[in-house]
Amino acid sequence: MESIKDKVAIVGMGCTAFGELWDKDADDLVIEAANEAFSDAGIEVKDIQAAWVGSMERYTGATVSVPLQLQYIPVTRVENACATGYEAIRNAAFAVAAKVYDLVLVVGVEKLKDHGFPGLPVSLAADKWHPVYGAHATAPGRYAMAASRYFHRYGLKPEEGKRLLAQISVKSHHNGARNPKAHLRREITVEEAMNAPIIAWPLGLYDCCGVTDGAAAAILCRTEDARAFRDDYVTIKGIEVCVGPGQGKIRTDYDFTHWEETEIAARAVYAQAGIKNPRQEIDLVECHDCFAIAELIAVESLGICAKGKAQVDIESGAWTQEGEIPVNMSGGLKSFGHPIGASGCREVYEIYKQIQGKAQEPSRQLKGPKLGLAHNQGGHPGKFMCAVCAIGAP
Amino acid sequence: MEAGIVSFGAYIPMQRMQRKLIGDMWGNQGGAGEKAVANWDEDSLTMAVEAGIDCLGGRERDAAGVLFASTTAPYREKQSASIIRKVLDLAPACLTLDSAGSLRGGTAALTAALDMAQASPGKTYMVSAADLRKPAPASALELGFGDGAAALLVGTEDVIATVNAHRSRSSEFIDLWRRDKDLYTQMWEDRYVVSEGYEKMMGENIVRFLEELHAVPGDYARAAISAPGPGPLRVVCRKTGFSFGSQVSAGLFESVGHTGAALPLMMLVEALESAAPGERLLLAAYGDGVDLFDLTVTERIARLPRKRGVAGHLASRLPLESYGRYLRFRSLMEWEFDRRPPDRSSLAVIARESSQIYSLHGAMCRRCGTVQYPVQRVCTECRTQDDFDEVRLADRKGILFTFSMDERAMVPDLPNVLCIVDLEGGGRFYSVLTDRTPSAIRIGMPVELTFRKIHEGSNLYNYFWKARPVRV
Repeated sequence: MESIKDKVAIVGMGCTAFGELWDKDADDLVIEAANEAFSDAGIEVKDIQAAWVGSMERYTGATVSVPLQLQYIPVTRVENACATGYEAIRNAAFAVAAKVYDLVLVVGVEKLKDHGFPGLPVSLAADKWHPVYGAHATAPGRYAMAASRYFHRYGLKPEEGKRLLAQISVKSHHNGARNPKAHLRREITVEEAMNAPIIAWPLGLYDCCGVTDGAAAAILCRTEDARAFRDDYVTIKGIEVCVGPGQGKIRTDYDFTHWEETEIAARAVYAQAGIKNPRQEIDLVECHDCFAIAELIAVESLGICAKGKAQVDIESGAWTQEGEIPVNMSGGLKSFGHPIGASGCREVYEIYKQIQGKAQEPSRQLKGPKLGLAHNQGGHPGKFMCAVCAIGAP
Repeated sequence: MEAGIVSFGAYIPMQRMQRKLIGDMWGNQGGAGEKAVANWDEDSLTMAVEAGIDCLGGRERDAAGVLFASTTAPYREKQSASIIRKVLDLAPACLTLDSAGSLRGGTAALTAALDMAQASPGKTYMVSAADLRKPAPASALELGFGDGAAALLVGTEDVIATVNAHRSRSSEFIDLWRRDKDLYTQMWEDRYVVSEGYEKMMGENIVRFLEELHAVPGDYARAAISAPGPGPLRVVCRKTGFSFGSQVSAGLFESVGHTGAALPLMMLVEALESAAPGERLLLAAYGDGVDLFDLTVTERIARLPRKRGVAGHLASRLPLESYGRYLRFRSLMEWEFDRRPPDRSSLAVIARESSQIYSLHGAMCRRCGTVQYPVQRVCTECRTQDDFDEVRLADRKGILFTFSMDERAMVPDLPNVLCIVDLEGGGRFYSVLTDRTPSAIRIGMPVELTFRKIHEGSNLYNYFWKARPVRV
């Protein structure tokens, strides 16, 4: 086995505006994201040799080959719940590293708003459907169980714990408000977050990410070929997927206060990338913050913050733009939005642009970042399929 | 050996609605006291299960028959007793029978069960009667009716109350009825049906029964006599010589309401749970005729394990504070279309997993002893494949490990409380907490399991287990 580190480069990326895009369908989103990526890489559609598309709701490679009119090339649709985006990147990266293809396209796309339902269709919770077991469970309901247990374990009174979550949401909204492509672009205050309608206690309206349409795309090649396209490419330093045996709701030894799959994937990525001290070496983190509690526990499980110490970090602003380790500079799933298949690519887009010094809206630009960590997880506490990815300057 | 009562149990739903609240809703006086209202996730079948569990307690699950009595069975076509049998984890050879459509259905089933037990000495038969009543809103019956259940185990061994004699009189007289196409129970003029029906028939039959037995009212410590309400009961006491208030209790009307087919059995349980050895009891039920039973309590009642019965369930209550919630529980109106993916079911899955779904069997790995629910073919701990015993988890209590309160779930009563319960004896149950006050839920609180109706996907009643804070 060899590490993937620095074998694969990203030489172009695109990302649509994310939001409730009533006048666009999935094909429009694919075209828009892919066009920006082609233009960014300085290539044409015909240069692409193979493609991977990540989507929960769309099936088969036709998702990309039809709107772009790809001419009889290999296209694979992949899915791993909310880790779908990284599955597309990962599989494309392996194909390129194996030298089977030289230039490939990755697209993540989701069109969620045609259903007519508020919230996510329940079927996307990644539990095997059953007539009665787990009936009526929702994503916020399941994640809120981790919040209750986290507060209990670390001695946080309900109001105290909810205030921590509110601070995360405020921080992410502040970043998203300054990101022209984000879904929710409104600044909020801690009081607004504390008093917002409850979705699943302690998660209020502002502690839950938007249900969003969007797409993002990337052009991948082997690192040795990257300079033909641009000088400011980035490379994949490490990427790993972890699918757990999903027994947290069955075994009495799962504590509901950490994400086991994320911890394992993160350790694998740090080993691949040679990262010894994540908190110091990583310049920005894009993590899976479908709910504020998801971010809180993710940062601990990614090894960026010590277990049980999120409160210290949050109250000292460590995860803000000015803090020691900015988390979700893009606005996160929280305010950028979460079109499921697109989020992985979209997180990488943020890191890619930040490293290039091209963050959307200058006030969001970090100073000279070199290494970013990205994270997505599908499923729910006790049963996750997650992905962690490190992207950095060559 | 004479067949008699071997054990008993009862069930009263937690929610209680004040009659004054009903009066406030309709702009009249309402009434005194309160009535028991089944939760939105309960029905006659689930309540019969609860009473059955109270009755069977820690006994071996070896009853030879389950007789379910109700005027409000969930299915018009499809037996309820067969499901109750599976939920109570009784053998498939068990006789299952529904006694439908009569206020006297529970005592009719009791008559049959006594004869069955007599014919098969050593075997036991359980009668469980339950009703979730259907009065029209703003009617007098709405004030009087309540929801509840009671169960009696009948056999020839270890009898706690012998049945010395019983008689049945059938009558074609109609007073209350509900046709297959009616939503609500209807009644003829109440003065007529009470005086010409109940008071006459019950009075005459009790008097004749006592004459045949050469007994007088004073011979009985208590009499469980069903009635449309306390007023007519008082009249029958006057006609027959029983003492209203001391021998005959009307307490259930005040605190629970008329529980239909369950009422006579609940009254008997009320009498039995405070009866002393040697006491003689009368049981009288009315509806499509009269059933009468003469019983004597034996010494063995002192050795019967403690039951929640009527008294235990009465004491454990949650106020139903608005009529609007009652409307939601009973779904008495047409609602706005719920813009969400509909619930759905699969009979194939339910059949394949019926021991797990109905009897709540989990797996205990034979190699490492780990308890897991649902059954895992590959043990979660030692990863041995296909080497486990099924274990019934339904009787186990547990501790609430964590929970959430979902205000957007697709259920009639919000919040939906998702929960993780760690069970005594091992294993973890992922479920929903019912019969709860949201502000009182605490991690670490003791909970128990309860059989409930989950949803109506695919036009079926889909049942499963939930958790609730320990009631008693």
